[in-house]
Amino acid sequence: MLFHPAIMALLTTDLLSLVLLVPAAAFAVQVLRHWNLASGSVRQIRLERATYLVATIVGFVLAAQLLALLLFVFTADALAVQFVGAMCAVGTLNVNGWGFPALVLKLALFFAAAAWLIVHNIDERARDYPFIRAKYGLLLFILPLALAAALVQFQYFLGLRADVITSCCGSLFSSQAQGVSGDMAALPPLPAQIGFYLVMALTLAAGAWSLLRRGSAWPFALLSSAGFFVAIAAVIAFVSPYIYEHPHHHCPFCLLKREYGYLGYLLYLPLFSAAALGFGMLTSLALARTAGARSALAGVLPRMTAAAAALWLVFTLLVAWFSATSHLKLLG
Amino acid sequence: MSGFIEVRGVRKAYNEGQPNMFHAVDGIDLDLRQGEVTLFTGPSGSGKTTLLTLVGGLARPTEGRVHVDGEALSSLPERFLTERRRRLFGFVFQQFNLIRGLSVLDNVMLPAYPLAPSHQHLHARAGTLLESLGLAHRQNARVESLSGGEAQRTAIARALINDPPVIIADEPTANLDSHLSEAFLAIVTRLKAEGRTVLLASHDPLVIKAGVVDRRVSLRDGRVVG
Amino acid sequence: MHHFLNRQRYLLDYTVAALRRRRAKNLGLLTVYTALVFLVASVMLFSHALKREAALMLEAAPEVVVQKVTAGRHDLLPAAHVEALRGIRGVRKVEGRLWGYHFDPVVAANYTLMVPSDRKVAAGTAILGSGVAEARGAAVGDLLSLRTSNGRALPLRVVEVMPHESALVAADLLLLSERDFLAISGMPAGFYTDVALSVAHPREVRTVAEKVLARLPDSRPILREEILRTYAALFDWREGLLLVLLVTSGLAFAMLAWEKASGLSADERREIGILKAVGWDTGDVMRMKLLEGGLLSLLAFMLGFVLAYAHVFAFGAPLFASALRGWAVLYPEVRLTPAVDGLQLVGLFLLTVVPYTAATLIPVWRAAVTDPDAVMR
Repeated sequence: MLFHPAIMALLTTDLLSLVLLVPAAAFAVQVLRHWNLASGSVRQIRLERATYLVATIVGFVLAAQLLALLLFVFTADALAVQFVGAMCAVGTLNVNGWGFPALVLKLALFFAAAAWLIVHNIDERARDYPFIRAKYGLLLFILPLALAAALVQFQYFLGLRADVITSCCGSLFSSQAQGVSGDMAALPPLPAQIGFYLVMALTLAAGAWSLLRRGSAWPFALLSSAGFFVAIAAVIAFVSPYIYEHPHHHCPFCLLKREYGYLGYLLYLPLFSAAALGFGMLTSLALARTAGARSALAGVLPRMTAAAAALWLVFTLLVAWFSATSHLKLLG
Repeated sequence: MSGFIEVRGVRKAYNEGQPNMFHAVDGIDLDLRQGEVTLFTGPSGSGKTTLLTLVGGLARPTEGRVHVDGEALSSLPERFLTERRRRLFGFVFQQFNLIRGLSVLDNVMLPAYPLAPSHQHLHARAGTLLESLGLAHRQNARVESLSGGEAQRTAIARALINDPPVIIADEPTANLDSHLSEAFLAIVTRLKAEGRTVLLASHDPLVIKAGVVDRRVSLRDGRVVG
Repeated sequence: MHHFLNRQRYLLDYTVAALRRRRAKNLGLLTVYTALVFLVASVMLFSHALKREAALMLEAAPEVVVQKVTAGRHDLLPAAHVEALRGIRGVRKVEGRLWGYHFDPVVAANYTLMVPSDRKVAAGTAILGSGVAEARGAAVGDLLSLRTSNGRALPLRVVEVMPHESALVAADLLLLSERDFLAISGMPAGFYTDVALSVAHPREVRTVAEKVLARLPDSRPILREEILRTYAALFDWREGLLLVLLVTSGLAFAMLAWEKASGLSADERREIGILKAVGWDTGDVMRMKLLEGGLLSLLAFMLGFVLAYAHVFAFGAPLFASALRGWAVLYPEVRLTPAVDGLQLVGLFLLTVVPYTAATLIPVWRAAVTDPDAVMR
């Protein structure tokens, strides 16, 4: 199904991202080998200049991957009609074993790029580029991630063969094709809701502790990052059914469609922003080895914590609102 | 003795590693005091312009260091160098180097953009500067339509927009007649009265003999000779 | 926050002024850029509109159509078969259909003859589709002569011509009475072309089809959902092919973009040198240049899309209608219903603006790292 226009767009975007990440990685290797801030040599100046290019490239990859994520989900949804049993994007992704891994890798790439840019931003504030080595080491990890995401997505599309009438005289319908599962595995609603609110409360508490009591930022960063997975599980387990007012409709993608008032965007925007900040904070904390790095970090952590905490709060309130105003009753 | 501007063992080589390599500046030590007008003289090729670019942070020395107001300049990473340069120096180039197609006002405000002050404030400040230089009536004129003297005054206004403590001017009177050259020297007097440090490079006799100059430094072949 | 906003404002001011200053160079690039967006958008809009029309058209079609198969080919269905299908549970309506093709040597085109089930056509009369009427120059009241299966001419009076809007579905249609149909087609009485089944619940369609097969082993049930899928896949594939053809232009465009971004005139180089000398750093210059590209992209995207919209929906996409439509001789002159969706826009964006931006990143950076002291010489 490679000739589908949206698929072509997705493959092109992946290819471009890869092509641009290669020179970025090449610079990264140079930086890791030769960076010496005090030298002021010609090579050092060249490396300092390279930082601008690399940062721009990663920013580009981030923006492109964000758009590609949206297109990926929408395309999967639009293609559902071509697969027996597929009701929406979930069905399409289940057509072969590469669908969901492709989505997961794309998400990982998006968050990795976001985290890199956050670390880069902190690095730029300090006088002596305290994160330089860690940053470029991280980049050398982003390139293979991008490659993996591109390959898996390619494999997925390669394996998409629509259940169409293959011959006018052939057998009637594609009885050979097993219908793909249109449903997603989901946790039972009560434990899911308890778990979600609990984790969110802990996260907000950790944030408050970090801000008001000047406690360590580690708990909040960890909870913020883990919060992403908890939130997605919650969306699948009970938020989606509440919004669709249907107990077995767990698809997290249908929320983005017009018939549900594009509520998905309202929900995912704070979630993804908070998660990106969380991953960024976690990465920065993990990479801050020197005193200079730690002090640069200390300067921005409060603001990041406040922003992330606010976003988590908004997300939680939205979830509670959708749960409360839904006509569906999941809890007994 | 250390001065407001400290230059130590500075060398600048071009075409490094090639047979036509030469040193535009070949070992200079200087201490310049704040609030003084220093003139660099010497024949063309003596390294005046190069020295000014090194002092002003537009280029890095191959060897040696430059310190301004106690802080290193030459060894800073590019981003911080630019930031410091923005705040410390105002340049008036020999060729004026105004951007064609933009008005006088736009050209003057240009160096302030990265600092992003409020538009109102910047506009007012630019207006005041232009007025003090007698250019208020020309502020919306395109720079291509300016006379030599007007262009130079625009360049000076641009150099002053961020209120820098140091003004550097390279051959400021090279394209001016004696009348306008005198006018320029009057402006330098005013800048000195405002407490700014002024560095000039010139081989114009009018400038060399000017009373406003506190110190004369002669250069030859990249070295100080007097 | 103020600082951030101020900065963007100054950047925007400068960039817009810079674009205006280099009008000639930017106009050239803008034209090519817009042309590319126009082409890609036209293909996408047209294909999408056709898909929608086909889907809408198929909505009225029966969920299952049962044909008899003999020696691997479509054969006439005896009336007894129709009765056999009535008893299947889940089937709301069973309807034997009479229809077929007729070649008209006068215009060298195929008509689809049909006996409608929802209305009665009087013997000796015919209702024409807009395409047939145009091809034969026939209007209401005229006599249309068709050859019967035993060579005689059968005159039919035209009592109605179907409206233009129905063209996509009914351009080559000719509705007549059962008696006339049998005469012209030579079909024996007691047979049908196929049977249309209405199934109440969409989920039961496949089960019904299985039951049909069980009762009539020599039959072939065709599901509407299969036709839908096939159509959609076909349109997608055709659209994709056309887009692939545009790849060469896309590549050429990318090269142009690279050229333009790196081929700085002496003037531009000087300008960047001046900016850096007066205090802009590499990041500021890069942002400015990227914004330049961004504004151009925005303009080209909007212009190209609007032009494509007009091309497809106001003019019927003359440039490549035939490639996407099919093989029928009688082309319906259709006003497609305007339809745009978010998926298209994002896809269009990823196929045009993103490659352009990617092509300019490295040249922009190379330009932005110019040494400021070069300006002193």
